[in-house]
Amino acid sequence: MSGKPLEKLVIAGVELHSRLFVGTGKFASPQAMAQAVEASGTELVTVALRRVDVRDPHDRTLAALDLTKYRLLPNTSGARNADEAVRLARLARAATGTAWLKLEVTPDPNYLLPDPIETLRAAETLVAEGFVVLPYINADPVLAKRLEDVGCATVMPLGSPIGSNRGLRTADQLRIIIEQARVPVVVDAGIGMPSHAAEAIEMGADAVLVNTALAVASDPVAMARAFRLAVQAAELARQAGPGPVSDRASASSPLTGFLHESKGASA
Amino acid sequence: MTTFADTMEQLDLAEVDARIAAATEQDVARALARERRTIEDLAALLSPAAAPHLEQMARRAAALTEQRFGRVIQLYAPLYLSNECVNKCTYCGFSHELPITRRTLSVDEVLRDARILHDEGFRHLLLVSGEDRRHVGMAYLIDVVRALGTLFESIAIEIQPLREEEYRRLVEAGVDGIALYQELYDAERYNLYHVAGPKRHYRNRLLAIEAAARAGMRSLGIGTLLGLGHWRREAWCLGLHARHLMRHFWQSRLAVSFPRIRACAGDYTPDLPVTDPEFVQMLCAMRLFLPDAELVLSTREPAHLRDGLLGIGVTRMSAGSRTDPGGYTAADHAGEQFEIEDGRSPAEIARLIEARGFEPVWKDFDRAFVAPGPP
Repeated sequence: MSGKPLEKLVIAGVELHSRLFVGTGKFASPQAMAQAVEASGTELVTVALRRVDVRDPHDRTLAALDLTKYRLLPNTSGARNADEAVRLARLARAATGTAWLKLEVTPDPNYLLPDPIETLRAAETLVAEGFVVLPYINADPVLAKRLEDVGCATVMPLGSPIGSNRGLRTADQLRIIIEQARVPVVVDAGIGMPSHAAEAIEMGADAVLVNTALAVASDPVAMARAFRLAVQAAELARQAGPGPVSDRASASSPLTGFLHESKGASA
Repeated sequence: MTTFADTMEQLDLAEVDARIAAATEQDVARALARERRTIEDLAALLSPAAAPHLEQMARRAAALTEQRFGRVIQLYAPLYLSNECVNKCTYCGFSHELPITRRTLSVDEVLRDARILHDEGFRHLLLVSGEDRRHVGMAYLIDVVRALGTLFESIAIEIQPLREEEYRRLVEAGVDGIALYQELYDAERYNLYHVAGPKRHYRNRLLAIEAAARAGMRSLGIGTLLGLGHWRREAWCLGLHARHLMRHFWQSRLAVSFPRIRACAGDYTPDLPVTDPEFVQMLCAMRLFLPDAELVLSTREPAHLRDGLLGIGVTRMSAGSRTDPGGYTAADHAGEQFEIEDGRSPAEIARLIEARGFEPVWKDFDRAFVAPGPP
């Protein structure tokens, strides 16, 4: 490998070797999910507390995952306000032992867009209680800084609404978030194709989280591999140091070339 | 705030019929091509002009459902608390004047049925009753919900309309959802079937779901009982109602149901039956118009149709249901509300769902959302 290696991805002191995080919802079966997770090469898997019974050792979703290979990232999707999210988080930590939490406060059940006010409130409480908080947010640069200031471990801005597969519609805002961030930026939601994931990493995001694109693919395992390769390709491209983007062809004869020409020759 | 009851009072149903009847194939094509559909598009999709495009509608509906909900089907079970009822409704097996065995479960009996459903795997429970406050009043309901404790993750009710403060008390006790079907949006026809009792008041019934939403019910179930009214008109009004609730109660999830009427103790046969292709057209039209709504299919529908509709747009199903109080445990059965068409057990339904490439989901909610957990 040539070029400058990327900075390691470290969240709360834990180094993650894959920049692809995977969600576990919407799959046709727990087995299909587990195979896709495996093929993705991920090290971080998010699970909706709404969907699993963390107190049940035989829960089908949890049982399908080899939790010696992946770090579990419980999420609070379905919570409508900070209080609900905090309650769920405490239960999850008590049952699973992990303090990592993907904070999702989505009062609108249709587009599942995150509530910035309640998310910030919940983050304050949870950070104070020792949780490693990874908040799902709209691509709002000021909110990202506020969450960073209260001690969140990452920020997870959306590319477009959850499940929409529409790609990085928030690209301009994402660029600002990435430029300003002190914590890792994980682009979450709306990533429908491997090219979207690559675009996010090329843009400078530290990681991406993908779920629907894998779950509803005809072949989730093949799609998981495609995402894995796309993320790796984008990492490699960043290391390779891409040339600048221009909207026109660059002149092969420089306009300022005359400065280097001898005076005598120009007459 | 304008209530939906106000909207319905101003609506000219003849004009709605005319709009649906006038829809052309071009209107249908336009409706199909759009990403977000208007109420005019719904009229086109419900029209006779859409019938030749049923396969195309089904494909679009299936793709939308998969993208939004994934390859999953949520399972729930109804638990009938009581078949006592003060209403006289010509189509219902619980109708006041019918000589059926009447019964209201004690809290212990409810728990007995509930444990069976829990053992079968259910974590989403729907408490159902006829409408009689003397038997199913607030104190009883709260006792039942408290006794159920943490056995179920989600508890919804399908009972008589209540007042907002009563709904609030139930929400506080741990009820998170309500189903309250208007049955018929056509007020004139509504009066033909709801002959006596409080259910005769069309407007009161229509207002109650909004009271429940204001009280904090997270899941709102609305529906029309097919067979009583003109289905295209009814479906269009159902769509309009759904959109009204989504705009005004943006934090509640909407569940839409359109059961077809079945035989019961009243020996009722539908006046305006809906054929299978019409039923599928309606379901597809609802999905295309409401990409985010849960579409519910009960065991009223026969097995072959339920199997076929699995991949098209349905997201929530009941299984192994009994519609008589105590039906899951009692040796002697009380009068049932309607006959079950799909009598397969929950385990059989779950296997079928898996065989069709979907995951049966028993838990899609958590009690911790509504009930205070550990400190």
